[in-house]
Amino acid sequence: MAPVIELDGLGVTLGGRKILEDLRCTLSGRAIGLLGPNGAGKSTLINTLLGFYPAARGTARVLGCDIRTERKQIRDLAGYMPESECFIANLTAVSFVRLMAELSGLPSDAALERAHEALFYVGLGEARYRLLGTYSLGMKQLAKLAQAIAHGPRLLILDEPTNGLDPPARQRMIRLIREMRDSRNLHILLCSHLLRDVEETCEEVLILKNGHQVHYANLEEERKANQRFLELETLGGDGAFAEAVERLDCECAIAGRRLKMVLGQDFAIRDLYRLAEEHGVQIRRLNYRRDSLEDIFLKAMENHNGRP
Amino acid sequence: MAVHKRSYHAYAGELTPRWSRFLIVSRYASQSAFLSKPLTAYFVLCFFYPLGCALALYMNHSERLLAMFHTSSFFAVDAKFFFHFLSVQGSLAFILTALVGPGLVSPDLANNALPLYLCRPFSRAEYVLGKMFVLLALLSLVTWVPGGTLFLIQSSLAGASWMWTNFWMAGSIFLGSAIEILVFSLLALALSAWIKRKLAAGAALLAIFFFGAGFGEAVNAVLRTKYGFLMNLAKLIATVEDQLFRQLMRGVSAGSAWAALLAICAFCLLLLERKVRAYEVVRG
Repeated sequence: MAPVIELDGLGVTLGGRKILEDLRCTLSGRAIGLLGPNGAGKSTLINTLLGFYPAARGTARVLGCDIRTERKQIRDLAGYMPESECFIANLTAVSFVRLMAELSGLPSDAALERAHEALFYVGLGEARYRLLGTYSLGMKQLAKLAQAIAHGPRLLILDEPTNGLDPPARQRMIRLIREMRDSRNLHILLCSHLLRDVEETCEEVLILKNGHQVHYANLEEERKANQRFLELETLGGDGAFAEAVERLDCECAIAGRRLKMVLGQDFAIRDLYRLAEEHGVQIRRLNYRRDSLEDIFLKAMENHNGRP
Repeated sequence: MAVHKRSYHAYAGELTPRWSRFLIVSRYASQSAFLSKPLTAYFVLCFFYPLGCALALYMNHSERLLAMFHTSSFFAVDAKFFFHFLSVQGSLAFILTALVGPGLVSPDLANNALPLYLCRPFSRAEYVLGKMFVLLALLSLVTWVPGGTLFLIQSSLAGASWMWTNFWMAGSIFLGSAIEILVFSLLALALSAWIKRKLAAGAALLAIFFFGAGFGEAVNAVLRTKYGFLMNLAKLIATVEDQLFRQLMRGVSAGSAWAALLAICAFCLLLLERKVRAYEVVRG
C-alpha cells in the first residue's frame, strides 16, 4: 500500500522549544493512530503536517506531498477536525458545513448538497438548521466531523475526536470512524491520548513521548503474533493430559487445573481438543491472551524512560 | 437532494477556481453583517446625501429653475464641491466601518475558527482579503461610486468640455476614496483581530479616531509644533485629500501625511500578520 504519511527526520521547534525531534517512520494503514500522553507532541505533529507550524529539521510527506513545498496540495487532500471547540458564530450547521465545503473548492450547489449529506451522515440531520452556538459539546464535535468530511477528503485527520463526549456519543463517534475506515474511500489519522479509541479504530499506531517517537506498532500484526498465548482451565483427568499437551508444539506452564501455553507455529487447536477427549478432561475455559494496546503503550513508555 | 445517502463517499465533481475563493468568505461575512437591521438602515441612510447632491446638480442645470431665480447657477460645481462631498461621505464611511469592521475577524478568533478556514487550500492572505473585501465593497458604494456617478451626472449636464477640463477630479475622487477605504478597512480589521470582543473593537476604532485627534491637538499646543497632526487620522486623510483636490493645505505637509498613512497601513498589516494564524505559538 502507498504510504500515507512519511516522516523523514522531522523536527519542530516552537517558541525556542524543541517540540518534536527526529521523527522517522512510514505509515500506510487505512487508520493510523497517534498515541501519547498529554504534551507528547501529537497535535503539533498534525499541525505541522497541515502546514500550521514550520518544520525546523527534516521533512514529511502526506500522500506523497511534501509539507515544505506542497502545503496547498496537502490541504486539498485532507479534512481536519480540530481538538478545540471551534465554530463560526451566527451560522446554522448546514451553512457552516456548506461554507467549509465551498472553501475546499466545491461549487455552491454541490457544497449545499454535501453539507446536508454530511450532517445526516454524522447524525445531525434533524438539527442541521439550528445555530451552532446552541449546540451541545457532543453536537459540536459531530458538526466538526461533518465539516471535515463534507468535501470528500482522502485523508481525514481527527484530533481527539471523542473529547468531552459522554459514553453513547463516544460510541457513535467510534462507530462513524470505523464505518469511514471500512468504506475504503479515505485514510484516517486519529490522534488521541485514549488507548481505547485508538485500539477500537486503528490498524497502525505511532506512540510519541516528549516529542520523540517511542514505538511504532502494526496492531493487526501484533494481534496476530499475540494470539500464540493461551490460557486453559481444565476439570478432571490426571497429569497425563498436561504431559501430553507438553508434547504438542508449545511451551507449557502448569499450575493445578490451569495451563499457560506459549504456542508454536505448527500448533493446531484441534489437537488440544483431541487430547482432552482422549484423557477425559473437560476444558472449562480457553482464552487466547494477547497484549492489549495498553500493554504495548506501557512497554513503550517504560522503554523510553531512560531517554530525555 | 441525496440526503438518503447515509454512507461516506468521496466527492468527484468539479472544483471552483482557487483565486475566487476569498469571495466566499466575503459573501458569508456580508450576509452575517446585514442580519443587523440598524446596520441596513444606516447603510441606506448613507445614500441620502449623494441623492441630495444629484438632485442639486440637476437643479443647478435646470433652465426653468435658474430663470425663476434670475441666476446663471446656484452653486459652482468645482473641486471644492467634490472635496466637500467626499468629506461628508468619508465620515459616513468611517461610521459604517465602525459598525461592520469589528464583527469581521473577532468572532472567528473568539470561537477558534481560524484552523477551520486555514486547514483548507485557503491562505491567511486570502482570509484577510476576503474579510477586507466586505469593507472595500461597502465603503466603495458610499464613497467613490456615488462620487463618480455625480461626476458623470455633472458631465452629462455641463457637457464634454467640462468633463475633459475637470477629468482630474474623477481621479481625485477615486484616489481620495481609495485612501480612506484602505486606512479604515485595515484599521478595523487589525483591531478586530486583536480585540476579541466586537463592541470593544468598535469602541477602540472610534477611540483611535477621536482620542488621536484630541491628543494630536494637545501635543501641538504643548510643544508648539504642528506634527501632533500625525496622530490625527482625520486630519491626515483631509491633508491628502486637500492635495488631491488642489485645496489650501492645512497642518502638516502632504508628504508627511502620505507617509503617516502608509505607516499606519503597514502597521495594521503587521498586526494582522501576527494575529491571523491557525494557532498562536506561546513563547518561553
